[in-house]
Amino acid sequence: MADRVSIETVTKYYGQTLVLDRVSLAVKPHEVVCLIGASGSGKSTLLRCINRLVEFDHGVIRLDGVANDDPAFGKIGLYRRIGIVFQAYNLFPHMNVLDNITLAPRKVHRIARKEAEEAARALLAAFGMSEHALSYPEQLSGGQQQRVAIVRSLATNPDVLLLDEVTAALDPELIGEVLRIVRQLKDDGMTMVIVTHEMGFAREVAERVCFLESGRILEQDAPSRLFANPQNPRTQKFLQRIIEAGRL
Amino acid sequence: MRPSAASPADDGAANRALADGPPPPARKKASLRDRLLPAVTSLASVVVFFGVLAYVVTSAEQWPRIKRQFFSLDAMIEAFPAVLRGFWINIQVWLIALVAIAIWAMVLALVRSLQGPWFAPLRVFSIVYIDVFRGLPALLLVLLFGFGIPALNLPGLPSSGLFWGTVAMILCYAAYAAEVYRAGIEAVHDGQHMAAKSLGLTQWQAMRYTILPQAIRNVLPALLNLTVALQKDVALLSVIGVRDAVREAQIYTAQTFNYSSLIAAAVLFMVATVPMARLTDYVARRDRGRRLQGAA
Repeated sequence: MADRVSIETVTKYYGQTLVLDRVSLAVKPHEVVCLIGASGSGKSTLLRCINRLVEFDHGVIRLDGVANDDPAFGKIGLYRRIGIVFQAYNLFPHMNVLDNITLAPRKVHRIARKEAEEAARALLAAFGMSEHALSYPEQLSGGQQQRVAIVRSLATNPDVLLLDEVTAALDPELIGEVLRIVRQLKDDGMTMVIVTHEMGFAREVAERVCFLESGRILEQDAPSRLFANPQNPRTQKFLQRIIEAGRL
Repeated sequence: MRPSAASPADDGAANRALADGPPPPARKKASLRDRLLPAVTSLASVVVFFGVLAYVVTSAEQWPRIKRQFFSLDAMIEAFPAVLRGFWINIQVWLIALVAIAIWAMVLALVRSLQGPWFAPLRVFSIVYIDVFRGLPALLLVLLFGFGIPALNLPGLPSSGLFWGTVAMILCYAAYAAEVYRAGIEAVHDGQHMAAKSLGLTQWQAMRYTILPQAIRNVLPALLNLTVALQKDVALLSVIGVRDAVREAQIYTAQTFNYSSLIAAAVLFMVATVPMARLTDYVARRDRGRRLQGAA
């Protein structure tokens, strides 16, 4: 099967600092790939390069074979086909849940309000959040806000979903409800690239886990193999620290 | 993985165990005396303090002269109709200027926040404009516009001091308001820009639907403060002959050598500005409450 997302020797500097060093990674349709590694290893930057929230210096990233800076995508094509969810939810605090979800469909994709709201309500219902449709973000718990943010990213019916440490800002008892939605998306066949510190979750949902350090993918493998039998000494060291912290 | 499934059930069990035990001791009740005493003390001390102050002031040897000069009720009543008519001018200028300032300042702030090399001339214009009009005394601008432009007798343009004085106030206050707007725009968290961009919103759509509504909410107390200041500064137009409340009061003073008309004008200004100031306090307090809630 052709690659859905294909990252080819991407290099990125922030000023003088090299943050991505010739990274290559291919993601098949319906595949779930987790990026793990210490803070500052370049995972989030790599994720943001995929939908061009961050511009990179060298290399190319293709979506279904088309480079993500190809004019064929127009101004909005890439953003419609790739959804992203952030660590801090980044919901719009002055809009209720329904308006948060329908903003892009209505204003960017010119769908009538009635139609957009019906679609949004259907999505909320599918993820068990119908009762929050008219709530404002500040009235919701962190876990609920993050679930709304996920639904918002799904409103344009994207082909790929990027999750950037979506549980890192949550209290432990709220993580489960967010991960449940991600599992549901996996079961629906969504292609996902997930940056996470939840190793147990990565082991459970990922087809492949990539370990990043200093802007390079040092090792990638099926989670059963990578977690049980890491080959690279740096991966071993990282996982050792995770185990010592009781997080695996 | 965390044992997330187990912990809520444990909490529930612990709560039930507590609920089944003896009821908690009743809330401590303050006695009537404890509740009333602070209020009564405040009231009494205020009455005593200001009573003594009033007694000291009014028993001063010069008080009758001061009273005649500034607080003559007869003079106030006599001057009041003209002063009130003048005050109506103040209110009209204030309201028109408010609307114009809100719009013009927004344009300046938006232009200044535009990105991209093509907008450089507009950005420079906005920066220079704000520097110039914030750097000049409002009085100077009022004199310059209110006397200077009508003297040119430009064809097709109004020549009234009232019109040009109002323009001067708008140009001056818009520079301040633009900076307030800009501070509000810059205070909106970067994640909001990122979220808007990731949803495909253009720079303008992101501003219009996501950034500006939050920015205005952030700076509402500061804008209300400017509104109060503007209401008082409209009196500057009196120096170019606009017959506002202050001017009318001065005319009365010039005829009678009694300053009570100015006090009458002062009371009118207070009646208008004090409620605005209270409203500003209220909005600021509510806003602070909202932020604290959001941070928790």
